[in-house]
Amino acid sequence: MSTMRSLTFDAIIIGGGGAGMRAALELAKSGKKTAVLSKVFPTRSHTVSAQGGITCAIASADPNDDWRWHMYDTVKGGDYITDQDAAEYMCSEGPKAVFELEHMGLPFSRFDNGRIYQRPFGGQSKNFGEGGQAARTCAAADRTGHALLHTLYQNNLKNNTTFLNEWFAVDLVKNADGDVVGCIAMCIETGEVVHVKSKATVLATGGAGRIYASTTNALINTGDGIGMALRAGFPMQDMEMWQFHPTGIYGAGVLVTEGCRGEGGYLVNKDGERFMERYAPNAKDLAGRDVVARSMVMEILEGRGCGENGDHVYLKLDHLGEEVLNKRLPGISELSKIFAHADPTKAPIPVVPTCHYMMGGIPTNVHGQAIMQDADGNDQIVGGLFACGEAACVSVHGANRLGGNSLLDLVVFGRAAGMFIESALNEGVEYLDASESDIDSAMTRINRWNESSGGESVADLKVELQSIMQNAFGVFRQEDNMQEGVKKLAELRGRIAEAHLVDKSGAFNTARIEALELDNLMEVAEATAIAALERKESRGAHSRYDYPDRDDVNWLKHSMYFPLEKKVGKRDVNFKPKTVDTFEPKIRTY
Amino acid sequence: MSMLQVSIYRYNPETDSAPYMQEYQVDTQGRDLMVLNILEMLKAEDTTLAYRRSCREGVCGSDGMNMNGKNGLACITSLSDVVKNNKLVLRPLPGLPVVRDLAVDMGLFYKQYERIQPYLQNDEPAPAIERLQSPEERDKLDGLYECILCACCSTSCPSFWWNPDKFVGPAGLLQSYRFLADSRDTATQARLAELQDPFSVFRCRGIMNCVAVCPKGLNPTRAIGKIRDMLLANAT
Amino acid sequence: MVTNITNLGRSGLSDWLIQRVSAVILALYTLFIVAYLLFNPGLDYYTWSGLFAQTWMRIFSLLAFISLAAHAWIGLWTVTTDYMKSTGVRVGTQLVIILAIFVFLVWGILVLWGA
Repeated sequence: MSTMRSLTFDAIIIGGGGAGMRAALELAKSGKKTAVLSKVFPTRSHTVSAQGGITCAIASADPNDDWRWHMYDTVKGGDYITDQDAAEYMCSEGPKAVFELEHMGLPFSRFDNGRIYQRPFGGQSKNFGEGGQAARTCAAADRTGHALLHTLYQNNLKNNTTFLNEWFAVDLVKNADGDVVGCIAMCIETGEVVHVKSKATVLATGGAGRIYASTTNALINTGDGIGMALRAGFPMQDMEMWQFHPTGIYGAGVLVTEGCRGEGGYLVNKDGERFMERYAPNAKDLAGRDVVARSMVMEILEGRGCGENGDHVYLKLDHLGEEVLNKRLPGISELSKIFAHADPTKAPIPVVPTCHYMMGGIPTNVHGQAIMQDADGNDQIVGGLFACGEAACVSVHGANRLGGNSLLDLVVFGRAAGMFIESALNEGVEYLDASESDIDSAMTRINRWNESSGGESVADLKVELQSIMQNAFGVFRQEDNMQEGVKKLAELRGRIAEAHLVDKSGAFNTARIEALELDNLMEVAEATAIAALERKESRGAHSRYDYPDRDDVNWLKHSMYFPLEKKVGKRDVNFKPKTVDTFEPKIRTY
Repeated sequence: MSMLQVSIYRYNPETDSAPYMQEYQVDTQGRDLMVLNILEMLKAEDTTLAYRRSCREGVCGSDGMNMNGKNGLACITSLSDVVKNNKLVLRPLPGLPVVRDLAVDMGLFYKQYERIQPYLQNDEPAPAIERLQSPEERDKLDGLYECILCACCSTSCPSFWWNPDKFVGPAGLLQSYRFLADSRDTATQARLAELQDPFSVFRCRGIMNCVAVCPKGLNPTRAIGKIRDMLLANAT
Repeated sequence: MVTNITNLGRSGLSDWLIQRVSAVILALYTLFIVAYLLFNPGLDYYTWSGLFAQTWMRIFSLLAFISLAAHAWIGLWTVTTDYMKSTGVRVGTQLVIILAIFVFLVWGILVLWGA
C-alpha cells in the first residue's frame, strides 16, 4: 500500500449536504485547511429535497414567540427521549443560525412587514402546549432545502472552501489508540484510492432511507457514515427510530411537504371523512408525524383506504385555491402533476406513510463529538471523530422528529461542530499516526470487492434487503415478524460478504460505488433491526402491536447498539437543560 | 409490443478508443415509466452503464441528459413525453467532455457559475435580525433562485458550445441576475462591470433553446435581457 | 472579465448597441431605395444621378455605408470568434475582412463624392 497517495487536512468533512457545508463554512472562515468530501456535487445532496421549511422561534409570525415553547414542542414531539440540553441548545441558538442564513442570501418568503415568512407545521404550539397552534416554520416557498443548500454552497465558494466533489469515503482509519485519524477515499472520476489524513473527521453523510423499499429519500441516502462508524466498531444510538412521513406520494414515494397541511390542507379517507379529527381532536392534521402516519395506516387497515386496493388516503388541497398553491406550494403542484398525475387545484393527491428520516445515528454531544461507552456505561469521547446532521444523534429528535427541525439541526449543529473543531485545533490536538496495518484494515472492504470473482449481484441483494426492512420494520412492528427479519438479515449479511463486483474498471465506476453502498445499507439495516427488536415498548415512531404502551420505567432511555457484539444497551437521556426547568414526561396527546 | 428499443451512448475511457451506441430492449410492461426507471432497470442487468442520479424527483439536477434529441432530466421525463416510434436514444449532454457513458465533465459549466460570484454581497453591517425585504422585492427572485444547476440549458446553447470558456451561459447568467435583482445585494456596479465585455453576456443571440429545455420552467433569456437593460441604463 | 485582443477594447454593450442602431439605419435606407424605385418606374440615369447629387442623399448614403461597415465587422468578428478556434486562421481572416470593409467604404465614398 506504499504506492497510495495521501492528502492531509486539518479537518475533513465527509458529506456536502446542509450540515457538512455549514461546518465547512465555519472552518473555512477560520483559515483551517479544510476539505468537504462528497460523493455527489454538493447541491445534489439530499438537503435539496427539503421543502416546507426550517422551524425556529425568530418571532416573525408571532412577535411574542419564545424558543422555550419550541423546545417544549421538540421534547414532547420526541416522546421524551430527546436530550433536553441538546434541544435547549438548538432552539436557543436557532435564531442566530437562521439570521445568518438570511444574511448569506437565502431567499426566504416574506410577510408584508418584510420579515421572514413562517407557516404552521405539525406539533407546534404556543405557551408550552397551552396557547394553540403556532406558526414557526421559516420558509422559502416550498423549496426551503434547495434554497438553503445552494446558499451554503455559494458561501463556501465565497470563502474558498476546498471541495473534493464526487469522491467517495470508503472507511475510517483508526490509529493504535482507537482515535479516528482520517479515512480511505476514492475519486469517482478516476477510481484512484487515497489516504486522507486529518485531525478531525466529520461524518455529515445524512440518512439511510434507502434501507426501505419505499422512501422519500434520494437514491444516494445509503447511510455511508453510519456504515463506516459501525465497521470501525463505534456504537449507534436509537437506530430503531425511523420516521414515516405521512405524505409520500402513493407509488412514487416522493415527498409532499407537511406545509401542505400547515397551509390548510387535510387528509381524507375513501368516505371523504377528515379522519384526523377522530385521532387528534385538537391538532388534527398537524399532530406529530408518527401520530398522523399511524392513523393513516389504521384507516387503511380498517378498510377505509382509497383507490382500487384501498391502500392509500387522499391529501385534499383544492379548497386552498390556485393563488395559495401557486404562491406557497408551487413545487408540490409540480411534483403532484408529474408523479401522481393529479393537479392539486382540482384533485386530491394520493398519499401513504413513507420512510423519511432516521432519528438515530452516531451519538454525539452538542459540539458534534462522537460518543462511545466505556465498560461501566459511562460516556467517552471518540478522539478525532465528529458527526452532525441526520447521521448524528445529538439527540434533538428523540423518538420522533418535528417537521422543520431537521434543517435547523443541520445548521445549528453543523455550525457548532465547526466552531468546536476550530477551537480544538487552535489548542492543538495530536494523535498517533496510522500505521501501515491500520491503513490496511481500512482497505479490507474495498479490496474484498475488487478481488471478488463470483457471487450474487448487488442490485438483487439490495432489493432483498429493502423488502425485509419494509415488511418487518415498518410503521407497526411485532416480535415474531422482527425476529424473522433479524434472522433473514443475518443470512443476507453472509451473502453480501460473498457478492460479486463484475465491473472492476476505474473511471466513473458507479457499480463499485453501489457495491460499497450496499455494505453500508446492510450495517444500518442490521442496527435498526436489532435495536427495534430490543426496545419492548411503543414510543414515538417505534410502534409495536405486542407492546402498545410507552414504558417509562424501563425505556425512558436511548438504545445503544454495539456492532462488535451485536448487542443493545441503554444510555441515559439528558433531563438537565441549563437555563430552563426540565420538561417532565407526560402523556403525549395532540 | 411493450419492448422498448433503447439506444445508449457508451464510452469507457479505459477500454474504448471511440464512443459507440449500444442497443438494449426493455420490457416496460406497458407502464409509462420515467427515463431514469429505464436506466435503473438496465443498470441492474449491465452494471457497467454509468450515469449520475440522486434525488429522482427533479430537484437535485444530477441526471441531465439528451433524450431523443432534447435535453432534460431523466427522472421527471416520462416515456410518453419523449418516446417516438417505440425508440429512446440517450446521449450525454452535448458540448461538454464525456467522462464515461452519460456522465459529462461539468467543470466548465461550474467555472462559469463561479465566475459570476454567485453569493449575496452586502457591504453594510448585518442587523441583529434578518435584513427586511418586502414581498414585492422578494417576488423578483421568483423564476431565478429555483435553478438546480443541471446544465440542460447551457449545453443546449450554441453560444456556450462555441465559447464555453468565455460566454457565461444561460445558467450562470440566470444566477447572475438572481443577485442583481436581489434588493439585499449592494454589489450591482461591480457585477455589471464584470459582464460588459463582448462575450460574457453578449454572446447570447436570443434563440431561446435554454427556455425550451429548462426542466424547472425557468427563463434565462428573459434574465439575460434584463441584464442587458441594466448594462444599457448604467452606460447611458 | 473576458477580453479579446481583436475586439479592440470595445465593450459588448457598444457592439450590441451599434449592431442594432446600424440595423435600423440600414433598414430605413433599404426601405427608402425600394420605395424610390417603386415610385419611379422607368427610372433613367439622369434622375438616378440627380438623386445622388443632392447633399442629404449623399449624407444618408454615407451613413448607410458606415453602418454597413460597422454591422459587417461586428457580425463577422462574432462569427470568426465562434467558429475559428485557431488563432492564426482567425486573425488572418479578420485582417482580410477589415481590409475588404475598408476598401469598400473608401470606394463607396469615392463613388458618392467623386463623380
